[in-house]
Amino acid sequence: MSSAFLGMPPFPQAARRALADTQQRRNLAGATRTIRHKRAEVVGELPDWEELREAGRALKERTLRHLDHYLVQLEERVTAAGGQVHWARDAAEANRIVTRLVQETGEREVVKVKSMTTQETGLNRALETAGITAYETDLAELIVQLGDDLPSHILVPAIHRNRAEIRELFRRTMPDAEGVGDDPAELAEAARRYLRQKFLRAKVGISGANFLVAETGTAVVVESEGNGRMCLTLPETLISVVGIEKVVPTWQDLEVYLQLLPRSSTGERMNPYTSTWTGTQDGDGPRGFHLVLLDGGRTDTLADRIGRQTLNCIRCSACLNVCPVYERTGGHAYGSVYPGPIGAVLNPQLRGTGTETDRSLPFASTLCGACYEVCPVKIDIPEVLVHLRARVVEETGGRRHTPTPEAVAMRAARWVFSSPARLSAAQRLAALGSRVVARRGRIARLPGPLAGWTDARDAPAPAGEPFRQWWERTHR
Amino acid sequence: MSTARDEILARVRAALADVPESERPADVPVKRAYATGGDQPGSAPETVALFTERLADYGATVRTVSSGRAATEVARTLASRGASRLVVPRWFPPAWSAQLAAAGMRSDEPPLSVDELDAVDAVVTTAALAIAETGTLVLDGGPGQGRRAVTLVPDFHLCVLRADQVVASVPQALSRLDPLRPLTFVSGPSATSDIELERVAGVHGPRTLEVLVVR
Ligand code: SF4
Repeated sequence: MSSAFLGMPPFPQAARRALADTQQRRNLAGATRTIRHKRAEVVGELPDWEELREAGRALKERTLRHLDHYLVQLEERVTAAGGQVHWARDAAEANRIVTRLVQETGEREVVKVKSMTTQETGLNRALETAGITAYETDLAELIVQLGDDLPSHILVPAIHRNRAEIRELFRRTMPDAEGVGDDPAELAEAARRYLRQKFLRAKVGISGANFLVAETGTAVVVESEGNGRMCLTLPETLISVVGIEKVVPTWQDLEVYLQLLPRSSTGERMNPYTSTWTGTQDGDGPRGFHLVLLDGGRTDTLADRIGRQTLNCIRCSACLNVCPVYERTGGHAYGSVYPGPIGAVLNPQLRGTGTETDRSLPFASTLCGACYEVCPVKIDIPEVLVHLRARVVEETGGRRHTPTPEAVAMRAARWVFSSPARLSAAQRLAALGSRVVARRGRIARLPGPLAGWTDARDAPAPAGEPFRQWWERTHR
Repeated sequence: MSTARDEILARVRAALADVPESERPADVPVKRAYATGGDQPGSAPETVALFTERLADYGATVRTVSSGRAATEVARTLASRGASRLVVPRWFPPAWSAQLAAAGMRSDEPPLSVDELDAVDAVVTTAALAIAETGTLVLDGGPGQGRRAVTLVPDFHLCVLRADQVVASVPQALSRLDPLRPLTFVSGPSATSDIELERVAGVHGPRTLEVLVVR
């Protein structure tokens, strides 16, 4: 449990290291291919997919532009339904609140259902310091936790481990698992046995939430294994840690997201289990419900008019699965629980650009646009990347954090981007429709001073050139 | 305690300085141009057939039975799995449980402990409704469904519903559900794809799900 992303090398070094790990690349390439195909199939089934995406985007825009209103409404409804709402300005405050709530129950063990937000805050370590043991119950999270490893994918955090590696891990760390084989069904059964008594005895559960409905105070958890239901239902106390951007206005709005999320995420028409609850219910489930609302850099993201759309993200991971850079470098290179294209735009905004890693992330992309094409809430990730690149170059002011030619190009870009008139002229000249960069892997030459920038860094891999060669040619 | 709250709300308002004071949430346009499935009557035979097919896709066993044979089929399904210790929540329709041996049946009244729930072979419930397009059952704790733990801890869940409870789409389902009740959407038995993305059915929730649609 001592693993952390803190102090990780910046993206280019970490990526180069990962590129050398052929086993990981093979695991990842196979996994992302499978999931891409499944997604395409179930998305293709819905003739109204584009309308759903647009509604998903617009609802988030409505929410974010009136976030204060919806947060206050949410708090009021959760409280009226018997829950308690806590506010945390940053990760440390969230961890302190949760630790105190657990201590108040007198318990020393908690069961956890996969939650990106508590990974982001490093909750498990904070609990450990306070003498509280947190059991991750999602199979992939369990694999990561037992291996003292780091998650590398939003949906399948142990995507970088194959069955043989997992078998070895289980044999080593689980009591009574010496004889377990490497068939996934057998491994899942071992995990079931290992966790069953923990679920049945648990007094405190910790979760995140995929959505919070302001109108009703309802929380929603979308999952597959039933570990979520266990954590949400059996304990006496439930603590949910959720980012403030997870609010949606009304119950009806879930009709959009409950269609967008499973199809984009696991490539299923619907995930096995979705639980919704509103406060507490007599005779059914926990008697105490605490909702911890986390800012943790989200208001900074909200303040950036281009970056704001990043908060639309419903953490489906579709953008990871289509990203040529992610597929080859893996998730760890991003130095965060949020890897891939979304990580490249979210981390520098949530954490700021104070570290070399966060400064390098906006450059961890070929701007091919595939992430935007699949994003169920239409986040224009390339647009945000370009915006953040400009910011990094501006902040570092020519110090050698980024290659010098690029800094020059970015200053030119800033000149263009800083004026709407110049920008639209550049866009018209580039004949790229509404976007500065072209989709589908081809980047057109931008006019004038921007030409150097498109030539230098963002040229796509010529057809047939292996990524590694391309990477080394363009990134060394 | 209220300082973090006030500070976060103040940060949010400061971040939204570009939003005009006069703008209301409803002023941000949201086009609901997507399909709501509104034109299909819930109980149409095609709707029920689609539900059956889609739920079976996830590895659940789904059968349609006539109301005259419902009680027989309930008893037979349980017997074929060797399930004799049963939980049958309050207000499960007697017409469907008529052929079950009273000796093995418990009602969860008063509530059973988790260990008692862990010791039963199966739970038999109704559902609030079902969604054809996604092959989903929804439980809301209503008559014959019991609290959430009852359909979670036992390893075998037999769910019996009427054909007219099957709606076409997710939007239709949400408009009929009460968000103030705890809801569980079930699309097949529990599953994981966490190891090399190979789907394995049956992890922590009931490993077996059978559904009878009574028409
Ligand atoms: S950015 Fe879009 S595609 Fe990527 S995880 Fe978030 S919602 Fe999914």
